Parts: sequence; C-alpha cells; structure tokens
Amino acid sequence: MKEDTSSTPDVLVIGGGNAALCAALTAREAGASVLLLEAAPREWRGGNSSHTRNLRCMHNAPQDVLTDAYPEEEFWLDLKKVTGGRTNEQLARLAIRESSRCRDWMRRHGVHFQPSLSGTLHLSRTNAFFMGGGKALVNAYYRSAEALGVRIRYEAPVDRLEVVDGQFRAAWIGQERIAARACVLASGGFESNREWLREAWGQNADGEWPADNFAIRGTRFNLGVLLKAMMEAGADTIGDPSQSHCVAVDARAPLYDGGICTRIDCVSLGIVVNKHAQRFYDEGEDFWPKRYAIWGRLVAQQPGQVGFSVIDSKAVGRFMPPVFPGAKADTLEGLARQLGLDEEAFVRTVHDYNAACRVGTFDHTVLDDCHTDDVTPAKSHWALPLDTPPFYGYALKPGITFTYLGLKVDERAAAHFEGEPSRNLFVAGEMMAGNVLGQGYTAGVGMTIGTVFGRIAGASAAAAATKEGVEHATA
Amino acid sequence: MQQLEALLREASDLAEGVIAPSAAEAEVERVMKICNACRYCEGFCAVFPAMTRRLEFAQADIHYLANLCHNCGACLHACQYAPPHEFAVNIPQAMAKVRGQTYSDFAWPSSLGTLYRNNGLTVALALAAGLALFLMMALAKNGTLFHAPLAGDFYAIFPHNLLVSMFGPVFLFVAVALGLGVAKFWRGISAGDPNAAAIAETAQDVLKLKYLDGGHGQGCPNADDASTLARRRFHHLTFYGFMLCFAATCVATLYHYVFGWAAPYAITSLPVLLGTLGGIGLLVGPAGLLWLNVRRHARHGDAAQKPMDRGFIALLLLTSATGLALLAGRDTAAMALLLAAHLGAVMALFLTMPYGKFAHGIFRTAALLKWAIEKRAPNPVGVGSE
Ligand SMILES: Cc1cc2nc3c(=O)[nH]c(=O)nc-3n(C[C@H](O)[C@H](O)[C@H](O)COP(=O)(O)OP(=O)(O)OC[C@H]3O[C@@H](n4cnc5c(N)ncnc54)[C@H](O)[C@@H]3O)c2cc1C
Ligand code: HEM
Ligand code: SF4
Ligand code: SF4
Repeated sequence: MKEDTSSTPDVLVIGGGNAALCAALTAREAGASVLLLEAAPREWRGGNSSHTRNLRCMHNAPQDVLTDAYPEEEFWLDLKKVTGGRTNEQLARLAIRESSRCRDWMRRHGVHFQPSLSGTLHLSRTNAFFMGGGKALVNAYYRSAEALGVRIRYEAPVDRLEVVDGQFRAAWIGQERIAARACVLASGGFESNREWLREAWGQNADGEWPADNFAIRGTRFNLGVLLKAMMEAGADTIGDPSQSHCVAVDARAPLYDGGICTRIDCVSLGIVVNKHAQRFYDEGEDFWPKRYAIWGRLVAQQPGQVGFSVIDSKAVGRFMPPVFPGAKADTLEGLARQLGLDEEAFVRTVHDYNAACRVGTFDHTVLDDCHTDDVTPAKSHWALPLDTPPFYGYALKPGITFTYLGLKVDERAAAHFEGEPSRNLFVAGEMMAGNVLGQGYTAGVGMTIGTVFGRIAGASAAAAATKEGVEHATA
Repeated sequence: MQQLEALLREASDLAEGVIAPSAAEAEVERVMKICNACRYCEGFCAVFPAMTRRLEFAQADIHYLANLCHNCGACLHACQYAPPHEFAVNIPQAMAKVRGQTYSDFAWPSSLGTLYRNNGLTVALALAAGLALFLMMALAKNGTLFHAPLAGDFYAIFPHNLLVSMFGPVFLFVAVALGLGVAKFWRGISAGDPNAAAIAETAQDVLKLKYLDGGHGQGCPNADDASTLARRRFHHLTFYGFMLCFAATCVATLYHYVFGWAAPYAITSLPVLLGTLGGIGLLVGPAGLLWLNVRRHARHGDAAQKPMDRGFIALLLLTSATGLALLAGRDTAAMALLLAAHLGAVMALFLTMPYGKFAHGIFRTAALLKWAIEKRAPNPVGVGSE
C-alpha cells in the first residue's frame, strides 16, 4: 500500500457516517492515501448511521443471521412498490446485487451481525442486524480506517467546495484550503437544517410553520451545506426537495438524536386524536411496520403538529415498550385532563368510537375482522373499544429521519453537471439515495445504499486519483 | 392528583414493607426503560434478553439484572445514548453501582455489610492483622524468625492442629456467611426451581465466562472500544489458579487425615504440583487483571469500587507470590518468615471474602442460574411483531 507522505491526499472524503467510512476504507484498500473530514467532534461522530440497526440484503439461501431467501427480483419489486416507481432501475439493481456481497467485507472491517431483534421478527428474512447497532458499526469502521492509515479529522465541517468545470479542486473549512486529487461527498441530507426544513414544509393555513415543531431523529450535523454548495456549482439533483421521511415520535423526544427509542408503537392498538380531541385517520389501516412512516406527516398536518395516541390496559404488553411513561388515568376524563384535552370532546370521541366497534376475533398478527361501522374516520382492523382502565395516552410530534433531495449519480457514483459525469467528484449515501429512493422507504435500504455506493465511490475516487497521478507524471 | 396518587402508593408500599428504591436502583430502572425501547444491544450478553422479558423493573429485577451484568463494557461503547447524549445511558456503570449495593445489603451478618463501603481499609486492616498475627506467633514460639533450615517442615513452626484450629473455623465462617448472603439474594430475586439443564448451562457460563466474549467471541472492550479476550484469559488464569490452589489444600488434607501422610510433600507430589501450577495462575492472572484494571476506560463500572477491585487483586497476588516464595525458600533459614507472611495473606484473603470482591463470583453465578431457569420458560411479554 502506498505510503501516505504528501499532505495532499489522493482521496478526500467529506462526511463521517457509514457511506463516508465505506468510501474511505475502499479507497485506502485500493492503495490511495485518504483524508476523511467529519464535521462532528469525536464523541458525536458517525451521523445518522450511528442510530441505525440493520441493512437490507439480497440472498438466495439462508445465511448466518438471515432466514430463508430474499432474491433480487423480490427486493426490486419491494423497492419499486415503496418508491411508486421513482427509482432508477439500473442503480437500484446494482445496490441490490452488491448487498448480497458486501457483508464479508463488512465483517473484515470489524462489523458483527446478530439475528433480528426481539419484536422485529418480520425483518428476520430481509434485514441483517448489526450487533450493538450502528454505533458499534461506525466504531469498527473508524478503528479499521485508523489501522489502515486513513487520516481522520474531527470537528472539520467543510463549508465550501472549489469545483471548476465539474472537476473537484479543493474543499474549504473557513480559511483553510484542502486540495485532493479526487473527492467523495458523503455528508448526509439536510434534515438538521431547521431553516431549510421550514422552507421545504412551508406555512399552513393557520399561519403555522409546521417544521418548527419537528424533532430531528438523528444527528444535528447534517445541515446540507454541501448539497447546497453543489447545487450552486450547477450539479444535477434528484429526489423531491420538499419531502422528508417523517414518523410520529413521543412529543418529549429530544430535539436531536432521539433515535429509535422515541418511537410510539401503539397507534394501531387504540385511537389517535388531535388537540381538539378529534380522530383524523384510520389507525388500523395496515400493519404498523407498513404504516408507521405515514404518521409523522399525518401529525404534521394537525393543528399544533401534535397528536395523542390513546390505548386502554388491554393493549399493554402488545407493543414495544415506550421510552417515556405515558399519561395514565382510571377515567377518560382524568386522561383528558392530563393530556390537556377538552374532557367533554374527548369522552364523546371515545364513546362514538366505542359504539362503532364491531368486535370479531382480535388478532394483532393478522389483518383481523375487528373494525368500525358508521364512524369517520373508520378504523379497519384491531378496533376494540377503549373500555378497560387504566387508560394511557402519549403525546406525539413529527420526527424527521432524513430528506429525499440528493445529487444525481451514475453507476460509478460520479456527480453530474448538466448531464456530464465528473471525472473526480463522487457522491455516496444519503446525499445520493434519491437516485434509488425517490420517495418512500423500506427498512434497511438507507444502509444498503450507503454501503454499496460508499464502496463504489471509494473505488472510483481511488481510480480517478491514481489516473490523475499518472497523467501528471507523464505530462 | 398525580402527586396524591404517588403519596398513596408510597404509603401502601411502606405498609407492605417495600423499601423505596435507592438512587442507584432508580438509575438502573431509568436506563433499562430506554434500553427496552431500543434493544440494539441484545446480542452482547444475557442482560438485554432478560430485560425484554419485562415491562417494569421492580427492585428484585434490578438486583438480578445488575448481577447478571459482567461489566464487559460492550454496550457502553455501542450506545447511541451514552454521554454526552442527554439520556446519559451508561449500563455498566449503573449496574456496577447496584451490584456493590447488593453485596453489602445481602451480606451476612448484615451489620458487617458496611465493610464493603470502605473495602480498601477493610482489606488493609485484615492483611495487617493476618501478618502481625502469624509473625508474632512465630516469634513467640521460636524466639526468632530465622532458624536452621528445617527441610520444609512447616509443622515445626506451626503445628498442624494449630493451623487447622485457626483456618477451619474461618473457612466455615466464610462458607456460611457467603452461603446465607447469596441465599437471601436468591430468595429476593425469586428465581424458581433449577433443573438439570439450567444448572449445566450455568456451570458452562461460569466456567467459560461466556459473557466476557462480547457476544461475537472476540472479547470485550477495555481501554477503548476495541474488543480483547485478555480480560477473560487473565480471569481464567485467576479462577483456575485459585481452584488449583484450593484443590492442593484439599488433597493435602486428604493425605493427612485419610492416608496419614504428613507434610512436607515432595516437589513432585500431587499437592505441591497442584499448588505450584495454581500459584503461577494466581500470579499471572491477577497481575494481568491489575494491568487491565489500571488501563480500563474511565466510564466502565463504578469508580468508587476500584479500591475494592484492586484490593482483592492485590491480596490474590500477595497470596500467590508468598506461596511460591515459600515453596522456593522452604529449605532455607527464612522459611518461618515466608510461612508467616503466606499464612497472614491467606488469612486476610479468607477473612475478607464474604465482605469484598470475592462475592462477585457467587452473586453472578446465582444471577446466571436464574437466567438459565428463566429463559427456559415462555416469555411473559408478547410484544407481537412490530
Ligand atoms: C433514528 C434513525 C434510524 C435509522 N435506522 C436505519 C436502519 O436501521 N437501517 C437503515 O438502512 N437506515 C436507517 N436509517 C437511515 C440511515 O441513517 C441513513 O440512510 C444512513 O445512515 C445514511 O448514511 P450517510 O453516511 O449517508 O449519512 P450519515 O450517517 O448521516 O453521515 C453524514 C456525515 O456527514 C457529516 N457531515 C455533514 N455535513 C458535513 C460537512 N459540511 N463537512 C464534513 N462533514 C459533514 C456528519 O457529521 C455525518 O458524520 C435510520 C435513520 C435514523 C435517523
Ligand atoms: C464463580 C464465578 C465467577 C464469575 C462468574 C466471575 C466473573 C467475573 C467478571 C465478569 C469479572 C469482570 C467484571 C468486573 O470488573 O467486575 C470478574 C473480575 C474479577 N474476578 Fe471473577 N468471577 C468468578 C469467580 C472468581 C474467583 C473465584 C476469583 C478469584 C479467586 C475471581 C477473581 C476476579 C478478579 C481478580 C477480577 C478482576 C477485578 C477487576 O479487574 O476489577 N473471580 N469476575
Ligand atoms: S445500551 Fe444504549 S444502544 Fe444498547 S440497548 Fe441500551 S439504549 Fe440501546
Ligand atoms: S456491560 Fe457487558 S455484560 Fe453488562 S450489560 Fe453491557 S454488554 Fe451486558
């Protein structure tokens, strides 16, 4: 492997999450000298990747932690369905095929896998879980990168790029110019940029700015600075600029880094009301894993961007335990008081719902026949009356997972300027996920895209840098 | 309203003899609720699978989980909510604090439980007392600590019956005190009835120290997030060294009473071979553990218990070092001195056993047995397939 002697690295990687690390490791393995710039301080390194738990992988037969088979075609159809066709089939299939090959490489760099976690049996076939979660994965990659001689700088937020005619020249941190022969951008979406979110979500009819009430589920460092810089430099974009993946989280979730544990999983077992104590959507439309991602948006559309998930004691123990204790009362009036809802209106809503319940055979593991008649909105499944105290209530607010806007790339992960691929500027991870995932989501695809295109970008950058070296030498 | 409810609950708890949770217990309850909503660490050890079988964490559950934790540190480095995150989740530390508390709360007699709190002092005093006792006895009996070589005949210095009359009761006391302590702990965590399969699994978990393997076999973190098997290996040397020394004493006792063969035994005899091997294990093992302990990441475990951990390690080291020195010098004029030093160290080790780090092995074994029983029963919490 080439000694890292010059201060100008072959490959500059900007970002410090999964995609950046996969790129840095691959470029280094290809013999390039690599410098990685992470905006966050060491203890907050790893971006949203440190909150993840699994990646989706194609496999044709049972493997260590994966049951059964998940062939390319099925994976592709799943992607096509969740994105409603907003995907590039060629790039999507590339990600899918590579996902079946990347885990040995991951293991070589210290990642361990475990069977699907308790409560996630529905993912045991399709998703390989990281032992200890994404932070353990990120730790392993940093450790391996250090051992291989990748130079790593923390608290190094790049604020400008020098791009001339679609070619990368240098990155800037304040007054410091960092040149490199090739560059990989892997600095996430713009989900932590409050201003930008505000703009993207706009103002509602009541004059509210919904995004002001959002929790950011992941890192505070994904400000989209380089997305914006690339757009200004004329790079081609992809994905809906106004959309974000948005789930309903506990209203007490921290502003940043609440991660997975602030999710509220009891929606389908009870009812959800807004701050006027009115129901607003079919809570039992489909299985919760298929529906949890619409509830962020639903709550965002309610006044004050809050909702209240209400269950009775029959539901306790049937869903993942919430991180914060809920409001709890022996009467509906008492619960309404604790949640700050109008008592009369709340009791009426519950009574109307209860009266409309047509209870058949309750079974939370199938789309059962418990439904409502003559109430709007209807609840199509798991409709049991709320009649067994104590009652529990959880206030909900929208939590942003990631944004969809990204940069257009090809199968070498090259950034594009007016349809032309850059020779030495590559993009990976959330920053280009929109090529595969123009909208929608299915569990584990973010890490699949980051790992596959991180490695492709790293290899492409190393090749571009070395070629440039040769050109220089022969010039 | 809520306050009133809380007051009422407290009053009824008091009436039923429920003790309010300590700060350490409340912290374990807090962090376990976060983990139970997260579960990323399920693959590391038994604590997390045991946690997912619960929705609430009563005091007994907290005591059980705290002793099930092996303080390996893996879940701290992997935790997305570890400090500086505002959730400040540090499982190994929270568990260690409760563990320390259970040792002292369940000590027998309970008045001696306080010895845990100043364990460094406890160990120092016990050692001073042990050494002084045997040195003075040797002096009183022989008038000098140096003597003509006695060809390794210990009993010329301290007669066999005298040693038996001193160590016998102490050993019995240790066994009774630890036994009663762990029995109380066992009743508290209401562990159920062990079956053969559960016992066999527990034996394996203990003898292999399964839960220091990180869940993936590559060991657990020490100074940083890198996995190492060093802690497990040095513990094996310590544990099996200790057991071999214990076995040496048992064989010697058998020789004495059953076969009537009196010490000193030849270098190639079973007691001396076992003792030598064990002594080496008990020298290298604790030395390694001390080395690791000094380098241990500051956030692992409870800093307040470091003196106890190191005191115990030092005592083990002293026991093996003096034992091996005695073997080496048993034909010299210094044998009485070496013997007194070794017996003093052994006495201190035994005296402090029910009130020091040694308890960790007993309590952990009990917790592992409960886990082996519990995991064979159906999961009481059916969270469905969300
Ligand atoms: C709570 C949560 C759970 C999730 N769970 C899963 C899951 O289980 N499976 C899955 O596939 N996906 C999951 N996702 C989505 C997943 O996190 C992303 O798809 C993936 O992490 C993207 O990786 P990345 O490397 O592109 O971005 P990130 O991991 O977010 O990394 C971006 C990095 O860039 C750095 N950075 C930002 N700006 C700059 C700058 N200007 N200069 C230098 N550095 C900068 C950041 O500090 C950060 O280190 C989850 C997301 C969240 C929020
Ligand atoms: C019987 C079952 C035992 C089990 C399950 C067990 C388990 C453990 C574990 C998990 C640790 C590391 C965690 C920590 O730092 O607290 C540990 C530490 C240690 N154990 Fe044991 N142990 C057992 C018996 C013993 C015995 C018999 C001895 C010696 C006589 C012993 C000596 C030590 C020492 C010296 C340490 C190091 C303390 C430190 O570094 O802080 N253990 N044990
Ligand atoms: S230690 Fe942290 S990462 Fe692990 S289960 Fe608990 S909260 Fe989750
Ligand atoms: S420190 Fe190790 S043994 Fe203890 S709970 Fe965490 S992973 Fe399990």
